Amino acid sequence: MFNKAEKIREKYIREEMWPSIFCTGCGIGNVLSYTMRALDELKLDIDRCVFCSGIGCSSRLPGYIEADGLHTTHGRAIAFATGVKLAAPDLNVVVFTGDGDLAGIGGNHFIHAARRNADLTVICVNNFNYGMTGGQVSPTTPVAAVATTAPYGNLEEPFDLCRLAIGAGAPYVARWTVGYPYETIEAIKNALAKPGFAFVELLMPCPTGYGKENEQREPAVAWQWYKENTITRGDLGRLDPEQRAANRKIVVGTLWDVQKPEYTARWAEFVQSL
Amino acid sequence: MARADPGHVLTGSHYLDGDHACTEGALSAGCNFIAGYPITPSTEVVERFARRIPTVGGTFIQMEDEIASITAILGAAWGGAKVMTVTSGPGFSLMMENIGLGAMLETPCVIVNVQRGGPSTGLPTMVGQADIMQARWGSHGDYEIIALAPQSPQEAYTLTIEAFNLAEKYRTPVMVMLDECIGHMTEKVVIPEADSIELTERRKTDKPPGEYLPFAVGEDMIPDMAHAGEGHRYHITSLTHDEQGYPVMSAEVQDKLVRRLCDKIRNNTDEIVMLEEDGLDDADVVVLSYGITSRVARAAVDDAREKGLKVGRLRLLTVWPFPERYIRELAERVKAFVVPEINYGQLVLEVERCAAGRAQTILLPHMGGDVHDPAVILQAIEEAAS
Ligand SMILES: Cc1ncc(C[n+]2csc(CCOP(=O)(O)OP(=O)(O)O)c2C)c(N)n1
Ligand code: SF4
Ligand SMILES: [Mg+2]
Repeated sequence: MFNKAEKIREKYIREEMWPSIFCTGCGIGNVLSYTMRALDELKLDIDRCVFCSGIGCSSRLPGYIEADGLHTTHGRAIAFATGVKLAAPDLNVVVFTGDGDLAGIGGNHFIHAARRNADLTVICVNNFNYGMTGGQVSPTTPVAAVATTAPYGNLEEPFDLCRLAIGAGAPYVARWTVGYPYETIEAIKNALAKPGFAFVELLMPCPTGYGKENEQREPAVAWQWYKENTITRGDLGRLDPEQRAANRKIVVGTLWDVQKPEYTARWAEFVQSL
Repeated sequence: MARADPGHVLTGSHYLDGDHACTEGALSAGCNFIAGYPITPSTEVVERFARRIPTVGGTFIQMEDEIASITAILGAAWGGAKVMTVTSGPGFSLMMENIGLGAMLETPCVIVNVQRGGPSTGLPTMVGQADIMQARWGSHGDYEIIALAPQSPQEAYTLTIEAFNLAEKYRTPVMVMLDECIGHMTEKVVIPEADSIELTERRKTDKPPGEYLPFAVGEDMIPDMAHAGEGHRYHITSLTHDEQGYPVMSAEVQDKLVRRLCDKIRNNTDEIVMLEEDGLDDADVVVLSYGITSRVARAAVDDAREKGLKVGRLRLLTVWPFPERYIRELAERVKAFVVPEINYGQLVLEVERCAAGRAQTILLPHMGGDVHDPAVILQAIEEAAS
């Protein structure tokens, strides 16, 4: 396991950018290693992979990968990635985004890209807050959680990003947390392999922002919170109907997986038909 | 120089409005990607492209808004396409954020603004020229862009080709500042043979993977480009960055980057600027105009000359970068500049700045909705000459 991690690091990481900007106990580094593992297991040609992102801690991920990385503006990664994909349909286009980047400022691009169904793999680091700017409330902050701009507790209902993606038409949607490395790697592999808009939401601790305000500053405490407050889709299915209806935990797992015509393939087919 | 692809060029004489001519210009220039969002009076440009492009090879996509449109064309440029987006005032405002990204990432792209009356939703179906300063200054921070102002459907065609050439040469967003009058005015447009249309090719790197630095430059200050997926494994960022494209948060790197982004255009102003002068040799008064207003100005200048007044015409085809040195020199030998614009005084500020008191600067504002009355321009010429 250790050897493998070393090899992955050597193979895919842009050493010159190290050390990373991430705080101790931040979950974003895990996302990096899970994504690299997924790429490696699929044996994807890294020179045919492009990593796009917006602005935020999570959006710094492309900088750490030794591959083409396009670090754009806050919220716009999916629109930018759509342009890359349409101009170069053979590339594997991956988007790293945060909850604020994706569902706040970039919400419109998110739902329309899911509807359009061009082949993008969107990996969202949901840390329940705006980490980079110091812990402000985000569209996924739970009700009553404290943020620097919701000092008395959040009064707004959060988005369920996965339900939003499913509702908007994404053919592949999965959610996992830091506590499920192998499941996360599988989900990213599935998303990369899916022809179409594939969405993976990863719940990750942000000790510095969200953690500090909500008694989850200690990584161990945060990990415990994720464990106690999530339930896999499988476990949920095993509950009796009453318990299931009463469930308030966040459901993790593969939440949607269907076949749909992919946009760039459709376009190519249409051009052929002329 | 490369030549246009005959498959894209509708050689011949046509009756086209400025919007349709602009589309043909883009196609002649080899544009193969447009992302846009409908807005009067620009929609015809994308409608024609949407119909034409699948038959010649390329992509049109209608995005969810203008922010997405400008962003998608930047992505497509890095994916290897020749790109353009098209809009009018309200959409132009939305595009400002990532026009800055285009300047920062030195992305060749063309942005067409068919100007209407503003502010806000303003006069959707009627003319304006009030986005001229926004074209130059609309996004935050220091940067430079190039902006062209056609005066006819024919120029909507030729200057759109020129816009692509400049975008490739200087690796910068280039704006085609059309207006509603020209956009919707139908005239004869002559489209030449493809092999007579010169195209500037993308500045692609000849460095092998491992040696390429995305923002390393030589004397001309313009970096070579590599597209995504070509094996260079580069990083580019909207943050202040060094030659390698890596983010560096320091005053030193900021200084170097911002100077270069501006100077690569400023230092080439004389080469970039296109203008048309007429009767300036012995002129006391110069009517300076651009876009549709030049055509109205021409009528007034002709009338004034018939009356024996020493008046000349100066038309800016390039609005940005502003021909500073040229205006400064001209101001030494003329008495006055008369500047009609369909706004409440925008480019006149540049004229005034460059004239610096050596010649009088007279603004003839018009708030939009229609063009100036030539009689108003004639009267201003007469007053200035006396
Ligand atoms: C247009 C714009 N508005 C605001 C900002 C400031 N800003 C930078 S990152 C960020 C929030 C990032 O939050 P998220 O996307 O959740 O990423 P995280 O840092 O939590 O990973 C904000 C508001 C910006 N860069 N651009
Ligand atoms: S602020 Fe939060 S999200 Fe950002 S690096 Fe620190 S812990 Fe991670
Ligand atoms: Mg966040």
